[in-house]
Amino acid sequence: MINWLANPARFMRLSATTLRWCSWAAVVVITVGLFWSLVVAPPDYQQGDTVRIMYVHVPAAWMALSIYLFMAVASAVALVWRHPLAEVAARAAAPVGATFTFVCLATGSLWGRPMWGAWWVWDARLTSVLVLFFLYLGYVALVNAFDDPSRGGRAGAVLALVGVVNLPIIKFSVDWWNTLHQPASVMRVDGPSIAISMLAPLLIMAVGFTLLFAVLLMLRMRTALNERKAMALRLNAGVAAPRQAEHEGAVSAHTAIS
Amino acid sequence: MAAFFGLFRRDLSLALRQGGDTGLVLGFFVLAVVLFPFGVGPETDILRRIGAGVVWVAALLAALLSLDRLFEADYQGGELDLLALSDLPLELAVLAKCAAHWVATGLPLALISPLLALLVDLGPAAIATLFASLLVGTPALSLIGSVAAALSLGARRQSVVLSLLVLPLYIPPLIFGAGAVEVSETGDGARAYLLVLGAISLAALAFCPWASAAALRQALE
Repeated sequence: MINWLANPARFMRLSATTLRWCSWAAVVVITVGLFWSLVVAPPDYQQGDTVRIMYVHVPAAWMALSIYLFMAVASAVALVWRHPLAEVAARAAAPVGATFTFVCLATGSLWGRPMWGAWWVWDARLTSVLVLFFLYLGYVALVNAFDDPSRGGRAGAVLALVGVVNLPIIKFSVDWWNTLHQPASVMRVDGPSIAISMLAPLLIMAVGFTLLFAVLLMLRMRTALNERKAMALRLNAGVAAPRQAEHEGAVSAHTAIS
Repeated sequence: MAAFFGLFRRDLSLALRQGGDTGLVLGFFVLAVVLFPFGVGPETDILRRIGAGVVWVAALLAALLSLDRLFEADYQGGELDLLALSDLPLELAVLAKCAAHWVATGLPLALISPLLALLVDLGPAAIATLFASLLVGTPALSLIGSVAAALSLGARRQSVVLSLLVLPLYIPPLIFGAGAVEVSETGDGARAYLLVLGAISLAALAFCPWASAAALRQALE
């Protein structure tokens, strides 16, 4: 499968149909999930309607973590097997993951204000998610910081793998430290401690967000591949855009020096 | 092993003799701490409260300041290519360079910290803990920093990218370093913080040379 997908042309064909189906599925699932969580699901007996923030906040947090894990795995595949699409995938996933992390932080802040009485507290869970957000930003900055795009991709891959140490810290921060943030109530060894009437819309939203990520990922990967193709065509035609010419100039100057 | 110590001695003498890099870092450290009384006012209560954090943050920034020259000169000059080709494993070469970097920056930062602690009016117990926490924590700063320095080699606006990469990773040592001093004022819980800080340094020692060497290899490719 992994080798079979290594052909960009094959990926473009496959993703064209998958993308259409995933987009529709994402629209339907997120609509159902939002309706269920905002209208149908019961209010919490203590938090009232504020609890509905959870249906966006928790899936966004799950996505923030899993997208980073996805990036790390893709980076490992790119480094070990030099898989041409893995690097494109990791690069395409980063801004999406950063956005989910931001959504998680923003909704958490909105939720924290009425519940904890503060927009932000420096507890371990919040701090480690903030670090995750900075890691995403650092990754994006590093990947785009090189004149040679493949060099940026490789540096980013190493960084993504280094940043993985943060994931277990985020996951277990609520258990290791006595935090204000509540501990896990869905992914527990002894089964979820959350009522089924709230768990169902939560899981639907999680599926919806995953579909949304798949759609955005494929869209961004297709754009990146098309961009690459367009650049190659332009270079072949000999009408290099000014930016490209500048890059080549920089590269040849570099070779001349070294 | 001769190559390892040779590289260590070379880097150390370059750092100590070339334009006073250590002096610059120390000067920055002192100035950054001295700025705070002007910013928050000279009341000793406030200064004592925030002092440990201020000294630690200033130490992080001072260490960051010196990171870009960890590999940069060798990368530009081509010595890094020779190191990669030599018999010495690149991981050990990174370790030697980190050790030299620590002796040239981290150790002086720790040694001068009691003086700065007096400026922010810390008590004797807090001063001792601050010194110990910097001594235990600064190796982690050099090691974690080496990964970011290797990753950002040859990047445009390298120093900006470098700080964006390295500062989030410096948060754990900062939390436990400043936390140790804070706890030492009230009771004897500082030992736990110092042990965690030591654990971070040891984990960085085990893990960072590999990551840095991987980053250097792809930079030299």
